[in-house]
Order: sequence, then structure tokens, then C-alpha cells
Amino acid sequence: MVQTRAARGHHAGVEASLDVAGVTVAYPNGTLALENASFHLGPGTIAGLVGVNGAGKSTLFKAIMGFVAPSAGEVRIAGLPAREAQRRGIVAYVPQSEEVDWSFPVLVEDVVTMGRYGHMGFLRIASRDDRKKVDTALERVGMSAFRKRQIGELSGGQRKRVFLARALAQEGLVMLLDEPFTGVDVATEQAIVALMRDLRTEGHLMLVSTHNLGSVPDYCDEVVLVRRTVLAAGPTATTFTQANLEKAFGGVLRHFRIEGAALHDDDDRRSVTVLTDDERPVVFYGAEKTSDQPLPRASEENP
Amino acid sequence: MPDLLAPFAYGYMVKAMWVSALVGATCAFLSCFLMLKGWSLMGDALGHAVVPGVALAYLIGLPFSAGAFVAGGLAALAMQFVRSQTRLREDAVIGLVFTAFFAAGMLLVSINPTSINVQSIVLGNILAISDWDALQVVVVSAVTLGVLLVVWKDLMAVFFDEAHARSIGLDPTRLKILFFTLLSAATVAALQTVGACLVIAMVVTPGATAYLLTDRFPVLLTIAVAVGALTCFVGAYLSYFVDGATGGVIVTLQTLVFLTAFYLAPRHGLLAQRRRREAAIVEAAR
Repeated sequence: MVQTRAARGHHAGVEASLDVAGVTVAYPNGTLALENASFHLGPGTIAGLVGVNGAGKSTLFKAIMGFVAPSAGEVRIAGLPAREAQRRGIVAYVPQSEEVDWSFPVLVEDVVTMGRYGHMGFLRIASRDDRKKVDTALERVGMSAFRKRQIGELSGGQRKRVFLARALAQEGLVMLLDEPFTGVDVATEQAIVALMRDLRTEGHLMLVSTHNLGSVPDYCDEVVLVRRTVLAAGPTATTFTQANLEKAFGGVLRHFRIEGAALHDDDDRRSVTVLTDDERPVVFYGAEKTSDQPLPRASEENP
Repeated sequence: MPDLLAPFAYGYMVKAMWVSALVGATCAFLSCFLMLKGWSLMGDALGHAVVPGVALAYLIGLPFSAGAFVAGGLAALAMQFVRSQTRLREDAVIGLVFTAFFAAGMLLVSINPTSINVQSIVLGNILAISDWDALQVVVVSAVTLGVLLVVWKDLMAVFFDEAHARSIGLDPTRLKILFFTLLSAATVAALQTVGACLVIAMVVTPGATAYLLTDRFPVLLTIAVAVGALTCFVGAYLSYFVDGATGGVIVTLQTLVFLTAFYLAPRHGLLAQRRRREAAIVEAAR
């Protein structure tokens, strides 16, 4: 519990990376939540974690956070065992909104200050440096004006920003973001993406679980597709393909295919495929994904 | 007109007032955490579960605090065991285990009426507490309060967001075990002051009152501890005049303070809420 400042440093000489090697997680009731899952992510990466509900995304997060012990395999963060990496404050976590008790009597600045606890002495007294980093973090997410608000008084987007600021203040090299875009406005979504891009240039590694399939290619360099195991992992261009997505979501997603006379007046045999997890859909035209432009939400009347 | 300073002339009264205040402060500190987690009934459960330990300790001449600790630990283990082996919900498990322990305690006391009487366990007997017991209460409370003053920020981080607490290197499991150990210690101390039945008020009401008055955790702790210490001190003082059970007086005072906050709290009170609602209606009508 007690850590000296010198022991932590500022992660000097440590490079962000995440190695999940053959991880199997079995729960006491006998269900196998994850089986032989493996992938590797390096520094300066935004990676999307994609899969249906119950596919094992949250189990994977829990395994990385050390909440569940894998019955086989190993998680290494920045080359260290998961628990050791946490002791050094290398992993920052941005929770889902439902996991937070919004009536807890803490102000915005209190939450962000908690991000610095690992850098403080055992009485958790903030130094001038800690306070400055809290200010900077609040500034970066545009929440300085709200620092004296109780967290329950904030909108959905503002709540997300607060927890991002906490992760920034923590200076975690590896960041786990659990559904950061659920229930936020477009402005916040864009602000979060812009912030993640900045962090990528600073060498951070971000693993983002999301249902927002359509925007994955907009900001993710890499994709990890999960269904009881890691189906595929790698660069978005070669991994986030129609074939892989159908494997990951087969029978679960809304899936529309528009082809033949409904689409063309000529001999072109290509078709449009729309895959949606009830948020922004991903659209494939022919073999390739057509564009990165946002598309209107597909309606259920489509054939 | 009774002599208002009379209680201070008696050593046992002065002792009762100061010991009560210390116990009240310790329990109030813990109440802030319990209430936020929705674990308030755990305080009740522990208060009842330690009774057989206390009874047995008096019977065989051990310090009552040791007996209470053993019984509290056994109750916690029993709850854990029943819960993991059945499909019963938590509240049913707590209810089962603590009544079983309490009943065992009552049985022990009634079979051996010489050691202690039922009333002093159920209602507390701070006015008649022996020096040796008072010393135990003081040591237990002071140690608990001391540990809390060091770890309260870590506990707050764990209670607020366990995943984040882990990510900054804290050990949530160890801290929660520490918390429950401290809670049982405080419960044991409160048992002597207000008795098994009213322990729950000591570990709930001050925190609940403070929660209506502030949105900041350090302020919450300060208000709760002040309310806990003052009500206990004044309660012990007043019990000299009303000639009633100290526990009853203390908890009645705490309830009065709570009701005052419930109505008059500047932001979360009933009147403030009504005022805001009316203002909103007037605003909308314009």
C-alpha cells in the first residue's frame, strides 16, 4: 500500500504494451467465459475491443485488471505481470457509467485527484505537482468550470469526461476504456476521440470496448474481435472485415444485405452489407468497406 | 431546577460521558462508509452476533473484547459459508446468522445469570461500567479511530470505484477486511455504551445525517463525527437527569438531529426541495 515516489518514477524507460497469452477464464459455476485468448498491442495504439454482449469483453477487462485470475495463460502489461503493473500505476481504467455510484459525495475535482493517489504518500496528501496535474487533466477534457460540482449533477457526456480526466491525472501508460461512447453526445464523442489521438502520439496504449461498430475504423488502429476467445486481432484494415465481423456477430447483429435490382440497374454483382449493434452501423460495399463517413442509422424496414 | 453541573461531580458520570463521546465518534466515522455502500444492516448484524462472545468471555473471565471479536469473526465466516453454499439472498443470510448468534448469547446469559444480566447487554450499561471494561472500550475505540484517520482516503477510493482502486495499486480485498475488522471493533465498543439493539443507530444515523448536509467526503466525515461525539456526550449527561437508559437517550438525540437535517438541510432537505420545486413551477408559469 505504501509506495515511495522514487519507486514509481514517471514510468521512466517503460513502454506501453499489452500481452494476453492463452488466457482462459472459468467462473466457479463452471461457465468458460474466455478460452485461450491471445493478442498483443504495442505503444501508441488505439485498439477497439469488439464483440457481442456476453462474448467475454468484460471478462477480458477483468482479467487485465486482475479481478479474475486466469485458470490458464498470462496477462503482461508493459512486460510486467498485471498486478505489478497496477502497483506501479501503469494501468488506468475508465469505467462504464452504470458501474459508478453517482450519488457518492465527491466533487469532480475529488474524483480526478483520486487518479493521483498512487503517486502520493500513504496519507494521500496532494503535493503542488499533484494539484497541477489535476488542473491540467481537467483543462484537457474541458471540465475546469465544473470542478466544484458533485458528480451526480453532470450530464452523461460530462461524467465520461471526468473519468477520462482521472485517467489522465493518473498518467497510466495503458488505458482501458469501457464503452466510453455509450450515452454521450456527439460533441463529447468527438472530444474523446481527439483526446485519444493526442494520447496515442504521446505513446499511450488504449483498449476501447465499444458497440459503436461504425466509428471503429475512424479512430482505431487495431481491432480485437472477441467471441469466447480472441477470433482475430490486428490492424483495422485487415482485421475489421466483413468476414471477421460476421464470425464475431453471426446471428446476433442486425444484418442487412442490399443487392441486385434493389441496388443497381446494371450487371454489377456487388452488394451493400449493413452490420449494426444498434448504434452506428458499419457498411460494406462489395468486398471493401465504402467510406469512413458517418451513415444514417439503418431502419428496420430495410430488406 | 436541578443542578446542571451535578453530573460532573460524579466520577462515573464523567467517565461515561467521555467514553461515550469517543465511541460515538468512532462509530460515526464508520457510518459514513457503511451508509454509502448500503451495508447499514451489517452493523446491526454484528452488534447482535458478538453477544454470545461477550457472554462467554464474562463467564470464563476473559476480556469481553476478545470474546466479541471471536464471535464476530465466526458470524462473518458463517454468513460467508451459508451464502456460498445456498441460493439464499444476502439479507436472508444475515438475518439467519445474526439471530442465531443473538439467541445463543441470550441463552448463555439466562442460564448463567450470575455473570452478567441480559439487560446490560441489550441496553448497555455505560453508567455502571467497570474501569477495566472502560479501558478496553477506550483502547479499542482509540485504535480504530487512529487507523481510520490513516486509511480513510484509501477506503474512500475502494468504496467509490474498486477497479480504479486496484489500478492505483490498492488492495480492495485487504482494505475491506480491515474495514470490517474496524467495524466489529467499534460495534463491540458501542455494545457497552448503547447495547446490542441500538448499535445500528450509532453506525448509521450520524453518517445519514451528514449525507443530507454536504456533497464532500471530508466534510461528511467531520459532520458525522461531530454529531456522533456530541450526541453521545450529551446523551450520557442527560441520562443522569432522566434516570433512563443511556442508549435510549443517545439514540433519541441522534434521531432528533437527523430530523432537523431532514427538514432544514440547505440543499438536500425537505424544505429546500419544496422551495426549489415551487420556484421551478413559478419559473415555468412565466
